[in-house]
Amino acid sequence: MESAPPAKKVLSLVLLIGGVALLAASIAMDVARSSSGLRGPMLIVGILAVLAGLYFFPSQRRHRDLVNVIFLFPLLFTFAVTVIIPLVLGIFYSLTNWTGIQYTQFVGLANYAAMFKETSFLWSLLITILFVVVNMILVNVVGFLLALLCTSKLKGIGFFRAAYFLPNLIGGIVLGYVWQFVFNNVLIQLAGDGISLLSNTNTAFMAIIVVYIWQYAGYIMLIYVNGLVTVPGEVLEAAAIDGSSPVTTLFRIKIPMIASTITICTFLTLTSAFKQFDVNMALTNGTGSVQNFMGNYLTNGTQMLALNIYNTAISKNNYALGQAKAVLFFIILAIVSLVQVRISNKKEVEL
Amino acid sequence: MKTKMRTGPFIILMILAIAVAIYTLMPFFLVVINVFKVNTSIVSNPVSLDGTSFAQLRQNLSNVINNSNFSFWTAFGTSLVITIVSLVLLAVFGGMAAWVICRNKTKWSTAIYMVFIASMIIPFQVVMLPLISTFRDVGEFVGLPMLQSIPGIVFAYLGFGGAMTVFILTGMVKTVPFDLEEAASIDGCSYEGIYFRIIFPLLKPSIVTVTILNGMWIWNDYLLPSLMLGQNGRVKTLPVAVQAFVGSYVKQWDLILTAALLAMVPMIIIFLIAQKQIMSGMVEGAVK
Repeated sequence: MESAPPAKKVLSLVLLIGGVALLAASIAMDVARSSSGLRGPMLIVGILAVLAGLYFFPSQRRHRDLVNVIFLFPLLFTFAVTVIIPLVLGIFYSLTNWTGIQYTQFVGLANYAAMFKETSFLWSLLITILFVVVNMILVNVVGFLLALLCTSKLKGIGFFRAAYFLPNLIGGIVLGYVWQFVFNNVLIQLAGDGISLLSNTNTAFMAIIVVYIWQYAGYIMLIYVNGLVTVPGEVLEAAAIDGSSPVTTLFRIKIPMIASTITICTFLTLTSAFKQFDVNMALTNGTGSVQNFMGNYLTNGTQMLALNIYNTAISKNNYALGQAKAVLFFIILAIVSLVQVRISNKKEVEL
Repeated sequence: MKTKMRTGPFIILMILAIAVAIYTLMPFFLVVINVFKVNTSIVSNPVSLDGTSFAQLRQNLSNVINNSNFSFWTAFGTSLVITIVSLVLLAVFGGMAAWVICRNKTKWSTAIYMVFIASMIIPFQVVMLPLISTFRDVGEFVGLPMLQSIPGIVFAYLGFGGAMTVFILTGMVKTVPFDLEEAASIDGCSYEGIYFRIIFPLLKPSIVTVTILNGMWIWNDYLLPSLMLGQNGRVKTLPVAVQAFVGSYVKQWDLILTAALLAMVPMIIIFLIAQKQIMSGMVEGAVK
């Protein structure tokens, strides 16, 4: 490739120059605060023209690098704008008096101090931890039992698996309203006492757990089924010949052999339960009275962390405090994730 | 072990399996029977089949679909466009990024990969508030609205879905033998041609997996579109429309349940068509 075809070279140069000109023009318009609607399209066409110009640029040695950059660009750019920049800004905003639009002063850790003085937030933190622990156990036990059921020699296994998994397909908002109907109308009719489970804080909290298990156990079941079918048939046959009872086989062979699956499922339920938002919002919207928690009367009896963060920022318009809570939320999740990675690495070494 | 299960345990297990299936399907069943009724008979007798009629179903459907607060077809179309465009772009761009990361073992590619992996633990809650202000600023800078616009939401889904997509597709690219690429290169295939002609077609099984995982998430997502589009914005996705609709018709169960049914039906139809792929895709995504 001593001499590149001249047409390609001309095309490349035209695109590069045109692209840079368009970029410069659009930035100039931006600086001049022009209200022309052409500014945005010009910027985008400019970027595309520069990229195309680079792509056609006739140099073999650089060509690979250019293609690499062009191939990485779309996802890296969107990732930076939607995740990295907001994350960095968010951590910074949590240290200011940010209003969602601007901030006027740096307040240090005042937001963090404020949230720990807020009893309603501490209540949310407490019930979220309770929710996570209860679900980590219940969803895994239920999911595992369903998986045993779905790997036995029953007829119509395919149907049962699909039926148990079905709730997981539907979004939490829609499911929340459907279950609200079930609790507020159907169960009242069946029980006949006219009191909805959702009207009492404790039973409403249990209701959220019931709906969560209903929604999530089928998914966890599928992962356990996937783990259980990898247990080799010969091992199970050998155990049966040696006279091992089904219960012994379960505890001595099946469960130890799917240890890594158990780790995955525990972690999945943990993070998903911790982030629970949709069902919480649609089913109770966090309401529920608490007579006395640390000397305060609370009205957010079933409001978990994710919903508390949302309400603090969006409904109560306290963005800086909401952001500080979100950062704490992130720190807790990050610690849990690191611990989980540690544990699973250790287990894999042992196996 | 190959012998049949004894009859006693078999019957007990079968009854148990059926009971659990009835329990998991019960809410769906209740929705289906009640959309055939008028509101008063839903409230007075939600579990019976009395008062159901096809005429009433038609009435409920037209009440909901023609309701200007819900505008079902617009919301459905918006959700469909957002989901399909995001999925196609995630597959194409994700494959491109995965291939570059996998085939260039430099400091940069490793660092980018590590950042992608690490970012998967970032919960949406920690970025959602600054995301709105960043998008507003970027939109103002560029002169194109990023909030309350379909391209803006697609952009956000590319950003949030990218990490998981690259992670799963990188696993697949690793299994493609490098010899294939060398052979193509010797035969005169250009560097970028190798990706589009050789690698991308071979990634198909993993692309199905990421498309299912991303598709379930994007179609059902509520929080991101509700924040970006606003509760009563011009553009609404289906979950946002359902939420706004239910908020304005408290206790009107005929309308609420019909709206819920309309929101559930597309997903259930897709599940009935591609049940195997969806279930295995969901498992693969979790196990990796």
